[in-house]
Order: sequence, then C-alpha cells, then structure tokens
Amino acid sequence: MKLRRRQRERLSLGIQYLVFIAIIAGVLFAADWDRLKDAFFRVDIIKSMFPTIITVALRNTILYTLGAFAFGLVFGTVLALMRLSRVAPYRWVATAYIELFRGLPALLVLFLVGYGIPIAFPEREIPGGVFGSIAIGLGLTAAAYMAETIRAGIQAVPKGQMEAARTLGMSHFTAMRTIVIPQAFRIVIPPLTNELILLTKDSSLAYVLGVTAQTIEVTKFGRDMLNDRVNATPLLVAGLAYLVITLPLSQVVRRLELRYAKAR
Amino acid sequence: MTTTPPRPAVEIRDLHKSFGPLEVLKGIDFEVGQGEVVCVIGPSGSGKSTLLRCVDLLEEPTAGRIWVNGVEMTDPDVEVDAVRRGIGMVFQSFNLFPHLTVLNNLTIAQRRVLRRGRAEAERIARDNLERVGLTDKADVFPAQLSGGQQQRAAIARSLSMEPKLMLFDEPTSALDPELVGDVLTVMRKLAEDGMTMMVVTHEMAFARDVADRVVFMDGGVVVEQGPPQEVLGAPRHERTRAFLSRVLDPTRVAQLGQPDQAPEPPEAPGLPADGRHTI
Repeated sequence: MKLRRRQRERLSLGIQYLVFIAIIAGVLFAADWDRLKDAFFRVDIIKSMFPTIITVALRNTILYTLGAFAFGLVFGTVLALMRLSRVAPYRWVATAYIELFRGLPALLVLFLVGYGIPIAFPEREIPGGVFGSIAIGLGLTAAAYMAETIRAGIQAVPKGQMEAARTLGMSHFTAMRTIVIPQAFRIVIPPLTNELILLTKDSSLAYVLGVTAQTIEVTKFGRDMLNDRVNATPLLVAGLAYLVITLPLSQVVRRLELRYAKAR
Repeated sequence: MTTTPPRPAVEIRDLHKSFGPLEVLKGIDFEVGQGEVVCVIGPSGSGKSTLLRCVDLLEEPTAGRIWVNGVEMTDPDVEVDAVRRGIGMVFQSFNLFPHLTVLNNLTIAQRRVLRRGRAEAERIARDNLERVGLTDKADVFPAQLSGGQQQRAAIARSLSMEPKLMLFDEPTSALDPELVGDVLTVMRKLAEDGMTMMVVTHEMAFARDVADRVVFMDGGVVVEQGPPQEVLGAPRHERTRAFLSRVLDPTRVAQLGQPDQAPEPPEAPGLPADGRHTI
C-alpha cells in the first residue's frame, strides 16, 4: 500500500511522539519511586527546613550575590574604562588584572581575600564582615569578566554617538556618562544577566570563609542538613531555592530587554 | 586694530590633513563669512567631509590653522568644548541618541552643557521642534521616526544650543529620495533666517537656490569657488565641468571608466591675505 504524502507525515510524527512517551514512561516505571521519595522527598525534613531556608539561607544567598554583583559591576566598569584609556599604563594594568583574575578559580580568590587581607592589614577589618569579604572576594573575579563584557558594549556603541555628543559641547566624560555608557549597558544586559546567575551559584563558595548560623547560605544550609539528617532531601530543596531566584530573574530581564528594544 | 571688521565665521589657512600616508587635504584656504551660506561640492574622496569635520575639530588637522568666530581651533590650548557650543553639526547618519526621547535628545546638552533648567530647556526644545515641523514627535524615540524626521530632529537638537554656525555633512545622503525635500526645506528656512551655514552636499538644486557661494573641491584642494550661477552654471575648470556633468547627467555612458583628463589642479582662487590672522 502506498501512503500519500500527508499520511506519511502524520505517521512519522506519530512515531516520534510514541518514542518520546515510551522513554518517559519507561523511566517513570523503572525507577523505584518509594526509595527515591525516601531519599529525596521526606516531607517531615522539608517542613523542618522552613522557614530558616527562606529567612536566613536564601536571604543571605541573595545578599551575597547582589553584593558581589554590585562590587563587580562598579569595579568592572572602571576596568573597562581603563582598558579603553589613552593612558597606556592604565591599559596595561587593566589587561593584566583581567587576564589574571579570569584565570584564577573564584574559590582561590575568596580564600585570598578572606584570609589574606586580615593578615596584610591586621588593624583594619573588611567592612561588612563575612558579607563584605564575599562581596569583594567574588566581585573581584566577576569584575574581570564584566570588564570585558562592558568594554565590548562600549565599543559596540556607534562612534557617531560620541561625535554627536561632543559637537553639542559635552566633555568626553559627560558624553561617556550620559550618552555612551547608558547605551552600552542596554547592549550588555543579556551577558550581565548571565554573570548575575553565575554569581548566584558562586555564592555557595561562601562556606570557605566559615559561615555561622546567621551568615549561612543555601548550599551550606542544605549540606549541613544533609549531614544532620542523613538524608538527601535538603539538597533537593536547596536546588529548588536557587531556581526560585534564577527563573524570575530571567523573566525580569526579558521584560527589561523588551522595554529597551524600542529605545535602541 | 581699532576698526576691525567682524571676523568671518570660519577661516581656514593652508589646512593639511593626512590619514596615515594618505593626504586628504592638500592645503586649503577657505572662509565662511558671517551669515553666509556656503555649499561645498565635489566627488567622493575629494576631502569635503574631512574639511567640514576639521572645522569642528572632529578631525585633528595635520597642519594649518582654523579659526571659528575668531577663536583659533588649532590652538592646542583652545577650550574646544566651549567653541563647539557655538557650532551646530548635522551628520549624514543623524546620530540621534537612541536611548532618549526626541525631547530629551534636544534637552540633554542644554541641561548638561548650558546648565539650563528643565523647564527652560524643554521650552526651547519645543520651539525648535516646531521650527522643523515635529511638534507631535516630542515623546517618541528616534527609532520610531522616519529618516527625514530623524534628520530634522537632529537639526532641531543642534539649534537648541543656539549656535552661530551650522555645519551640515551630507545631511540628505542617507535619506530615501521622497524624504529629502522636508530636510532641505528646513535648511532653506534656516538660511533665510540668516544662519551661517557650511553645507557639504550633493544636492545641486539646493546649492544653486540657497547658497551664497559654491565651493568645488577635488583631490584635496579647492578647485573653484564663486556664486552658484558661476560655479554651477558656467564652471571655469574642466574638473568642475566633468563633475557636474556626471552628477547632473549620470546616465551618460560615454565617460564610464574613463579617467578624468583634467590637468593638474590649479591654485585655489586666492583669498585676501591681509595678515589679520597673525596672533
């Protein structure tokens, strides 16, 4: 029997759906749900994690992330402007910094900041305690990445924008601040969002600084609970807690991009 | 120097400009009088845009001197931002600020540079939008405007700074043909209002009707200049004639691919060198 073209297409599509459903069903039936539930979804353990996971752990994760992002953004912008400077030594320093800190693991930098600075300046304290150390420690690495992103953004703004601003009598600095950089940031919103999401997860490195019950963040909280209850449920909850941050973040940024789309 | 006549808006003496090994301007002497409308024409690559950009110091001259309203732009210590406040520049690609509304495009420099208050800046901006026929476009973003509207907004942006001199760098070259007229009408009105204008253009009809003087450039020198009816109507130099016939009658295939048989560029018509510019 010879099938017509539409029949052939329908048959092919049907087979593809069947395969998909078969694989899902296979996994669902093959898995031992009772054991899985016992290891990863103990309702009593989930209940015991609330409200601390929100009021302390998630709150701290957000604070560390925002602190590191803010520090990285400001410092990264400075580095980007140094990379584009007319003063050669600024360019050298910025390039060396970026190459160095992009190459070092964030964990190592956090160690150096957390333990190195107190040794180097015994008289002084990092402002903000653990929060400050994490913001700076993670921010130093993030700044290196963001500097390159922001530099690319600045260079993506057409040269005519700076020229038009200058011919209106603006100084280079004013033109940069009011015309070029605002446009550059609109261009780099997507890659900077990426950086923010990466930082959210990097904030889990805070444990190397020895966090306390007050300064604990989501991953450490989950791991402590794991050891405490000898059950993996806390890890699942911790994972979901990260998604609570990152999924809405993506939505917000998508909105932001749409709003800026007409002003590009 | 007790009875000095008003200084010309633009004075250029022996201007040279090279980009690397390429010499684009080979000794330009040039003036624009106060209130005068000068159109600069010439083939692409003749250096006319570079000349215009040198006046606003968007290009750094290699040699020579430039005065704008009596201030030497080529003085290394010149307060270039201050001089530029008196000069409006209109670009081929408009260069409106895409992240600002049309109104804010017109107010930002007023507020940041002239330190005008918001209300005053907006009043002046709206006056100028009316001048260019864009009253109803104050609150939209540049991307929502047509090319012709964008260029008129750009002209209004320059006018909001109340310049004494307006420079136009091929203001209609990036426009669809049916949008050129609106922009030229705005420019013509500006000329009638007495604005000093230096216009690099390919619009021969505009040059003929509006310009007080037409300057023909080729190969980095001023070949010929004078009233439009002379330069456009009865050009003295072969290169001017060749250029005009190409522009006005572009389908004449006889010339296709043939190099110009023009002689070496003659000296630019001498401008009075009266020693006023020695400082």
